[in-house]
Amino acid sequence: MEVIVCVKRVPMVGGRIVLTPDGQRIDTKLLGFTVSPHEECAVEEAVRLVEANGGAVTVLTLGPPEAEEQLRDAVALGASKCVLLETGEREFGPIATAEAIVAAVRERGGYDLLLFGNEAADTGDFQVGIRVAHMLGLPVATGIKSLEVDPGSRRAKARRQYRGAEELFELPLPAVVTVKEGINLPRYPSLPGRIRAKKAAVETSTPVWRDDGLSKRELSLPEVERRHAEVLGQGKEAVPALVSVLESIGLLT
Amino acid sequence: MRVLLTIEHDVDGVLDSSLRAATLARELSGSEGEVVGCLFARGPVAEPVAEPVAAALGEQGISRCFTVELPYAPVAWARSLAAIGAELGADAVVAAATDRGNEVMAHLGAITGYPMAANCFACEEGETAATGVMSLLVTRQRWAGSLVESANLAADRLLLTVATDAVQPVPSDLGRPAELVVFDPPLEEGDADIVAIESQEESGGVSLASARVVVSGGRGVGSPEGFAVLEELASLLGGAVGVSRAVTSLGWRPHSEQVGQTGTRVTPDLYMACGISGAIQHLAGCQSAKTMIAINTDGDAPIMTRADYAVIGDVGEVLPALVEAIKARS
Repeated sequence: MEVIVCVKRVPMVGGRIVLTPDGQRIDTKLLGFTVSPHEECAVEEAVRLVEANGGAVTVLTLGPPEAEEQLRDAVALGASKCVLLETGEREFGPIATAEAIVAAVRERGGYDLLLFGNEAADTGDFQVGIRVAHMLGLPVATGIKSLEVDPGSRRAKARRQYRGAEELFELPLPAVVTVKEGINLPRYPSLPGRIRAKKAAVETSTPVWRDDGLSKRELSLPEVERRHAEVLGQGKEAVPALVSVLESIGLLT
Repeated sequence: MRVLLTIEHDVDGVLDSSLRAATLARELSGSEGEVVGCLFARGPVAEPVAEPVAAALGEQGISRCFTVELPYAPVAWARSLAAIGAELGADAVVAAATDRGNEVMAHLGAITGYPMAANCFACEEGETAATGVMSLLVTRQRWAGSLVESANLAADRLLLTVATDAVQPVPSDLGRPAELVVFDPPLEEGDADIVAIESQEESGGVSLASARVVVSGGRGVGSPEGFAVLEELASLLGGAVGVSRAVTSLGWRPHSEQVGQTGTRVTPDLYMACGISGAIQHLAGCQSAKTMIAINTDGDAPIMTRADYAVIGDVGEVLPALVEAIKARS
């Protein structure tokens, strides 16, 4: 089973986001980088599939040269091949991203499954996997939290949650599946994995940026009402005050 | 501008997220424009659903709504929207940024080749280019709302989804129900091949996404057993239990209960954050709660800058006492 998993390098934001003065990007001077939790799970799912069925995992990313770090992180977890679609300063929109991925995937060929995270943590465009599927003429299921693949019949069963209930989709392979956190608990890298990661070769190509109709003008921080919480008390002494608050908002009568 | 709006509904009527999307769609259409609905249902849209749905749409200023009889097959839904959009000569197609809304609109984008802007909460008409391509300035959420992007969307047909927690629904009553018009979509071969099977209606319990009260626990709850008291409190208040990502990563609770950027985004009247420090990925999932109460041993935790009320203390001490006090009242 040949699985291609697509990931995106994003800053590790924690308590508070700081923007660069031009409002074009997150100030990452003090930040590390990672991939979205959905994508960590996509890598893990890909590795489990080839462990069970044989084959190999190729990890692919579109991003700056530094995104090699995220490719190597995936190798440490069990991926074996790395593809970097190197971009310059300009942010690729969702269509341009999908086109670049499709060109790279077409060139490689021979895959059974393309895995994505349901949405990238930073842009949250919710569409690259779907666009790639249409461009390649493949079936797609999104937001998947359980995936069973039968290599014999070349079919996959993909399950997800929809408003508290379960939905099942059946797809013939090759297919595109976008996964959500919760599909598995990703493993930690092993020592041999880390050593493999250092040595892994990275195939690089440079897709050409194009305006795809959705273009960023500026980023800003949301106008959040910064409240200063009214302290009701310490420990269980605060309970009568808590009860009063619940009464005041109509939850206790 | 003529706007085609995808309406999602369940047995209780039109979803809140679709009402919010209707508000932005109306703004986009402008005073001279029109918002036309499109509603998908497994069977014919008939009693008892038709009447309340038509009434709710009328209250949103929607005078007509196409109904399409289809199970949930995302490509078939998108193909239907493409056909209706073309028939109407719609300038824009809008849906709520729910799982289905984002999915179907992405398929529509892929089918038509147009760009799609997800999770928008404001928009303003831009200048139409010399080539005749329309342009819209959209304000949309990034990082699940922790960051705001102003972006330019340029296309012959504007496709966008509306953030489910950032636009307040404002009714605009027509004083009459919407007219429901059956539409028979011209599907292409294979459009309905990928279809939700075994899809059940939501059953039993209070679902996290629509709960009016969410009692959420973080690492500060201390152990999987520590959640018993959160469950008891949630049930006393008619709410649901939520958790932080730390808790699911530890394997204490299932991921389906996770609130935040990669879990469920909730819009309750009351959010109780118990032993949750308040990383932005978590706050992104609960920022539109009407009232937030934080219970935390650390009075300087980030959650304190978002909460309305705080109790400084251990969850394991405060919650059992609160449950006892509530029980003693009845």
